[in-house]
Amino acid sequence: MADYKNEFGWFAEKPKVEKKIYDRNKVAIGIVVFLVIFTIAFWKNLGKAVPPPKPALETAAIIKLPEKERTCVEDVEFMRQRHMRLLVDWREQVIRDGERYWTNSKGEKYLASLSNTCMECHTNKTQFCDQCHNYVAVVPNCWGCHLTKEEQVAKAEAK
Amino acid sequence: MDFFKRNILAALIAVLGLIAVAYVGVKGNLQLLFGVVIPYMALLIFFEGIIYRVIKWARSPVPFRIPTTAGQQESLPWLKRTLADKLDNPSTFPFTLGRMALEVLAFRSLFRNTRSELIEAPQRPEGAKLVHWSYKWLWLGAIAFHYAFLVIVIRHLRFFTEPVPHFISLLGEVDGFVQFFIPTVYVSGVVLVLAGLYLLGRRITNPNLRYISLASDYFPLFLIIGIGTTGILMRYVYRVDIQAVKQLALGLVTLHPVVPAGIGAIFYVHLFLVCVLLAYFPFSKLLHAPGLFMSPTRNMTSNNRKVLHVNPWNYPVKFHTYMELEDRYREAMYEAGLPLEIEPETMETEGEEE
Repeated sequence: MADYKNEFGWFAEKPKVEKKIYDRNKVAIGIVVFLVIFTIAFWKNLGKAVPPPKPALETAAIIKLPEKERTCVEDVEFMRQRHMRLLVDWREQVIRDGERYWTNSKGEKYLASLSNTCMECHTNKTQFCDQCHNYVAVVPNCWGCHLTKEEQVAKAEAK
Repeated sequence: MDFFKRNILAALIAVLGLIAVAYVGVKGNLQLLFGVVIPYMALLIFFEGIIYRVIKWARSPVPFRIPTTAGQQESLPWLKRTLADKLDNPSTFPFTLGRMALEVLAFRSLFRNTRSELIEAPQRPEGAKLVHWSYKWLWLGAIAFHYAFLVIVIRHLRFFTEPVPHFISLLGEVDGFVQFFIPTVYVSGVVLVLAGLYLLGRRITNPNLRYISLASDYFPLFLIIGIGTTGILMRYVYRVDIQAVKQLALGLVTLHPVVPAGIGAIFYVHLFLVCVLLAYFPFSKLLHAPGLFMSPTRNMTSNNRKVLHVNPWNYPVKFHTYMELEDRYREAMYEAGLPLEIEPETMETEGEEE
């Protein structure tokens, strides 16, 4: 760097800026806070192995059916991904159009009813519906109106 | 092709290309790559990049305070300061914290945004006048965008925790309070995409802004709009098996990665775009998030008038006192009629003689 000179002599040298991490402690705290917050999902699950939910299919009503007839109204993949849409379609069809019967993709007719069709076989809400709903933190509003037979039994026993 | 088209098309084609890469990859049975390997790599790049950047910033010395002119700085005791002055130009640590909180949580400095426009004014000889007016739409768009993003990120923790903490399911319920459609439409997702489109539209339609916008400005916007859109499509249109998705997500965070079969391609597109966003973060303008905390104008107390701040790399300067100067130039100064501390001796005697 060029030296600066005035009429009185030298007056400037190259500034010596210290090379270091400034405010080291504050920066470290900031980085730690950032890491802790952003890895929260990792250390909350540390060393855990979470088994996937197993919705129970073996209700008395299903076991009673012959092996061949143990199928739902549509295939498994469709039911897993779209059963909520199906139920809402049923609701609108029954309540708005008064059409109580629904035909599936194979041409079979079913009564469009959660309590009387679905839960005829899947009588076990806590072992079936709630398994996955709780797993993915979904709160469907079906049960605001629909009663499950399980609950009625439980209530009757409590009396 | 002009400057604007080149930049916006580069960004758009990049995002569409990324979507195509993920789609083709999953159709070619590369679920393990897109579902496990790339997310882990993206996370590593994200954390390493941000720490690297923050340490790099911390190497810059900031010896002096930079008071902003938005508020009266603490000075003489009779100069009144309102609460706004104290928050905008804080002289104590708690108020500095307050300023930072306002900036981080409420985007205080963006709220001051003004817009300058030439408005037609026939009564004037120039036929136009320049008007500066307070412009809050950018602030509104930005705050809607950021808070929607925050809510969405927190909501997604339901895939990464088991059992799901209560506040996450509560947030989901509040977010879906409109109870419209099945699955319930989350307000935050719609707000994110709309606010993103506003921020994009503003860059495209305003000529001044378009002139200073580069591909690196459009790319994050397209990317985030893409993430929002794929998420919305996945939730409401092209359904995927959500239980399998959670299995994959939990596998990632418990460090026992699994790739459950039967998750639709749109999920992998969504996940891949998120991974690209994470990996891109430390190299882009998105660093304004950690950068805000490292901003000298925001994180330093403005106490310049209260405390002496010495430049740490000051070297001993050979300086000259006024008397040395006067000694050297006394006679010339006397002749020029300048006031002097000591009158020149010869002149004094001359004066006496007169």
